Amino acid sequence: MKLTPAEVSAHRLTWSEYEKIVALLGREPTFTELGIFGVMWSEHCSYKSSKIHLKKLPTRSKLVLVGPGENAGIIDIGGGVAIAFKIESHNHPSFIEPFQGAATGVGGILRDIFTMGARPIAVMDAIRFGRLDDKETGARNKRILQGVVSGIAHYGNCFGVPTVGGECVFEASYDGNPLVNVFALGVFRHDEIFFGRATGVGNPVIYVGAKTGRDGIHGASMASEEFSEESKDKRPNVQVGDPFMEKLLLEACLEAMKTGAVVGIQDMGAAGLTCSTCEMGSRAGTGIEIDLMHVPQRETGMTPYEIMLSESQERMLLVTEKGREREVFDVFRKWGLDAAVIGSVTDDALLRVKDRGAVVAEISNRALADEAPVYNRPHTKPARRVALDAPAFGSSDLAGDLRKILASGDVCSKHWIWEQYDWMVRTNTIVDPDGRGPGGDAAIVRIKETDTSVAMSLDGNGRYCYLDPREGAKLIVAECCRNISTVGATPIAATNNLNFGNPEKPEIMAQLVEAIEGMAEACSFFETPITGGNVSLYNETLGEAIFPTPVMGIVGLLKTATPIPSRFRNAGRTVILLGGLGDSDEVRMGGTQFAKVVVGALWGLPPKLDLHYEKGVQAAMREIAQAGLAESAHDLSDGGFAVALAECSFGGIGAHVTLDTPLRPAVALFHEGPSRILVSTTDAAAVQAIAARHGVDAPAIGVTVEGRVTVNGWIDATIDSLYLPWKNSLEEALA
Amino acid sequence: MKFGVVVFPGSNCDHDAWYAVTRNAGQQAEFLWHDSTDLAQSDAIILPGGFSYGDYLRCGAIARFSPVMQAVKKFAQEGGPVMGFCNGFQILCEAGMLPGALLRNAGLKFVCKPVELEVATTDSPFTNAFSKHQRLTMPIAHGEGNYQADDRTLEALEAEDRIAFRYVDNPNGSMRAIAGILSDGRNVLGMMPHPERATEPSMGSSDGLGVFHSLVGAFATR
Repeated sequence: MKLTPAEVSAHRLTWSEYEKIVALLGREPTFTELGIFGVMWSEHCSYKSSKIHLKKLPTRSKLVLVGPGENAGIIDIGGGVAIAFKIESHNHPSFIEPFQGAATGVGGILRDIFTMGARPIAVMDAIRFGRLDDKETGARNKRILQGVVSGIAHYGNCFGVPTVGGECVFEASYDGNPLVNVFALGVFRHDEIFFGRATGVGNPVIYVGAKTGRDGIHGASMASEEFSEESKDKRPNVQVGDPFMEKLLLEACLEAMKTGAVVGIQDMGAAGLTCSTCEMGSRAGTGIEIDLMHVPQRETGMTPYEIMLSESQERMLLVTEKGREREVFDVFRKWGLDAAVIGSVTDDALLRVKDRGAVVAEISNRALADEAPVYNRPHTKPARRVALDAPAFGSSDLAGDLRKILASGDVCSKHWIWEQYDWMVRTNTIVDPDGRGPGGDAAIVRIKETDTSVAMSLDGNGRYCYLDPREGAKLIVAECCRNISTVGATPIAATNNLNFGNPEKPEIMAQLVEAIEGMAEACSFFETPITGGNVSLYNETLGEAIFPTPVMGIVGLLKTATPIPSRFRNAGRTVILLGGLGDSDEVRMGGTQFAKVVVGALWGLPPKLDLHYEKGVQAAMREIAQAGLAESAHDLSDGGFAVALAECSFGGIGAHVTLDTPLRPAVALFHEGPSRILVSTTDAAAVQAIAARHGVDAPAIGVTVEGRVTVNGWIDATIDSLYLPWKNSLEEALA
Repeated sequence: MKFGVVVFPGSNCDHDAWYAVTRNAGQQAEFLWHDSTDLAQSDAIILPGGFSYGDYLRCGAIARFSPVMQAVKKFAQEGGPVMGFCNGFQILCEAGMLPGALLRNAGLKFVCKPVELEVATTDSPFTNAFSKHQRLTMPIAHGEGNYQADDRTLEALEAEDRIAFRYVDNPNGSMRAIAGILSDGRNVLGMMPHPERATEPSMGSSDGLGVFHSLVGAFATR
C-alpha cells in the first residue's frame, strides 16, 4: 500500500521524515506503522527541536540516583530514602477542555511518579491564564480558570495527594493559550525503585487498568501544533480522567511491586500503548511482541491504529517474571482491576504488533524511541517587540499604587484556588502557623519516619523571559532557590517545563535556546541538576506566541522542624533587609508588576542578577534560619519591597520602615531586584554578623509595630487597607 | 485500645487515621479490608475519609453495601464505638446508622481549610475530654459536607443532646451549623472535620487528639 503525501502530513510528519521511516524499515510503512511513527516522532514525544539544546543542562550530582530519560528523576535524600519528582504540561488539552485537560494532566504526572515505585506525596501546579477583565476573552478565560482549578482539585483530591503550592499568573499573552504545568513528587526507599525496562526474553507483558477506548487519539500530535479556529473540534482528542481508577492503580501497582515478580513497569501516557511498549523495549535492548486481541477494550470494532494510538487514561504496562504472573494478577484482582497478558518480551529488538495473529506493525524499538529526527533549527535573535527605554512614569499616590498591585491577579491571594485543593491529606504538609495554609515562600512536606522534610517551589516569569530569555531563566532559578532557602532548606535538584511558541520560527527558537542556556548556567551555579522535565512547544494561537515561559520546580532539604513563618509575629522586632536595598534603573523596571499594573506597559530589561551575591544571600539566610534567629522570613519577588512588606504584615503586625536610598520612591518601593529577603528578628546583631560573613548587606530598616505599615514619608497605611484588596480581589473578579 | 481502620477502595485518609491513632494517640490500630467481615477484635472502628468506591452515585452510597459495613453495623448495635470522619460520616448516613444526609456544599466548591468548631455536648465517649462550648480548630476537606435533615430529626438531635460539634462560622451551609452528630445510642459519631489531621503542632492544631483521648478514657472506665 502506497501512502499519500496527505496521509503523511496528516500525521504531522514531513516528507523527509517519511523518507527516513522508509529507509529505517527498508519498505513502505503500513497505515498503523505510520500512526505509530507519527506519535513517537512528534515534538511532544521525541523532543526533536529541543533535544540538542537540552543536552546543555546539568543533570548530575552526587545525590542524583536517576537522571533524565526515565519517567522521573530520582534524588537520594539520605537514610536509604529517595524522592522522585517531575513537572509536566497539559496546556493544549486544558484550553480545549479545561476540566478534563487539567485533571488528566495531574493523572499523567502522578503515574510517572508511581510507575517508578514511589508513593506520590505532593503536587504543585503552575497555571497561567488570559486576562479575566478583557472584554473579548475575559468570560472564556474565567471559564478556563474555573475549569482548570476544579479539574486539578477533582483529580488530586480523590486520588489522595495533597496539592501544596504553585503559582497563578494572568497575562494577555495567555488569552488564547493557557498554561497548565503540574509538578508531582513521591517518596520511596532505594530498594523500591522500578524502571520502565522490558528485560528477560520470554517474560510476559501485562496490561493493567482502564480499558482502551477511542479517547485521546492523537493527543501527542495535537500538543505539537498551533491552535487555529478548528481547535475546538479536537475535543475528542482530550482524554477523560478517573482519579478513583488511578488510586486503585497506585495501590495495586505498589503492592504488586512488593511481590518481587515485577521486572519492569511503565505507565501509558502520551502515545499510550505505542510509547510504553517501544520505550520499555528500547531501554532494555529487547523486543516486545503483543497481540491486540488481548488488549481490554471499552468499545467494539477498534482498529489496530486506534488501539495503538489511544491515550485512554489510568493504564499501565508491566513485565513480570515468567511463571509468576499469578502473584501479580492476585493483587490486581484484590483491587478490582482488569489485567491481561497481551504479549511477551523477545530478543529481536522489534516492536511487533499483531491483530489476531496477523502482523500489523513491526518496527525497531530503537528507531521509534531513540532515532527520531533531531533538528538544529535555525535561531536568530529572540523576538522582541517592545521598547528598551522606559516611558515617563511617576506616582502621586504610592499607597494607592501598592494597593493596586496587591489586588492584581499575579500578586493577590490565591486562596480561592488553593482552598479547593486538599492540601493536607496524608498529614505530611507542614502548616504555616499564620497563613493557616500550606507553606510560606516554599511548601514543606515532611517525610514521616525520618527527620527530613522536602521544601519545594515552582516559579516562572514570562515577562522577564520575553525581555531577555537568558537572564529571565537565570532569575527564575535564583527565585526558586531563594524561596527554598528562605524556609531554611538547601536546594538540591530541579525539574523544568519549557513552554514556548513555534520552534520553526527562528526568533522563537532563539528564545528557547537562550532560556535553556541561562537555565543551564544558573542550575550549574546553584548545584541544582535538572533530572527531568517537559517541553511544550507550539503554544501559539492564530500565529501569536505566548511569552517564553520556562517554569522551574526546585526541591530542597531541611530537618523537620517548626517552619519559619513569612509573616511578622511580634511587635518590637528589628526588620532586616537581608541582601540590602538592591538597585535598579528605569530600564530594568520594565518587567515588574509596577510596570504591568500601574504603568500598564512592558519595556526594557528584567532585573539585574549577580549570581555570586545571590548565592551569598541564600547561604546567609539558611544559616540564620538554622541558628533560629529568624522569627519570620519572606523573600522579595513580584512587586518588590513594598509588596513583600505588605505580605509580611498580613497577620496584623506591620512595620515602621525607613529606606535610606538614592532611588526615586516608586523605583525603591517596587523594583524587583533579586537577592533580597525580609527578616524579623530579636537579635539583629547576630543576623548581621552572619550576613557579613557571607559578604552580603543586611541593613536594619525598621521595627515591627501593631496594625500599620509605614515607609519613609511615602506610604502610611493600615494593614486592613492593604490586606482586604489583596484577600478579596480574585473572588470578586470571578463573582 | 485497638482501633480498626476500614479501608475501602478509594479511602485516602486511612493512613492518616492509622498514624494519628498509633503515633499521636499512642494506641494500636489495624487496617480492615472492605470485603471482609472480620473486625479483628477491634475495640473501636474508624471509617476514614476519602472517596470510597470513587463516590460514584452519591458519596458513601456504594460503601454501605460492602461486607465490612454489615459487620460494623452489628458491632455498633452491640454498643461498639464507631467514628466516621468526612467520607466516613457520609457512609454512616447512607448506611442509616446516623440520620440525615450530606449534600453539596452551599458554595458548590470543595473546601479545604482549618475551621473553628464548638463542642456542643460532652456527653459522649468521643467528646468527654472536652468542655462544653470549648472552641477547637480542625481542618475540613470536602465537597459534600452540607448537613441536611428534616425538622423532626433536627429537633430530636437537639432534644437528645446528640449534636457533637457545631461550626463557629458555617463553611458549607449545614443546617444549624452541624459539623458532627451522635447516634441515639451515643456510640456512633459522624463528623465532617478531620480530627486525625489535627493531632500534632506541625499539622496546625492538636485539638483533634481530644476525640481519641475521650474514647480511650471512656474505654478504660467502661
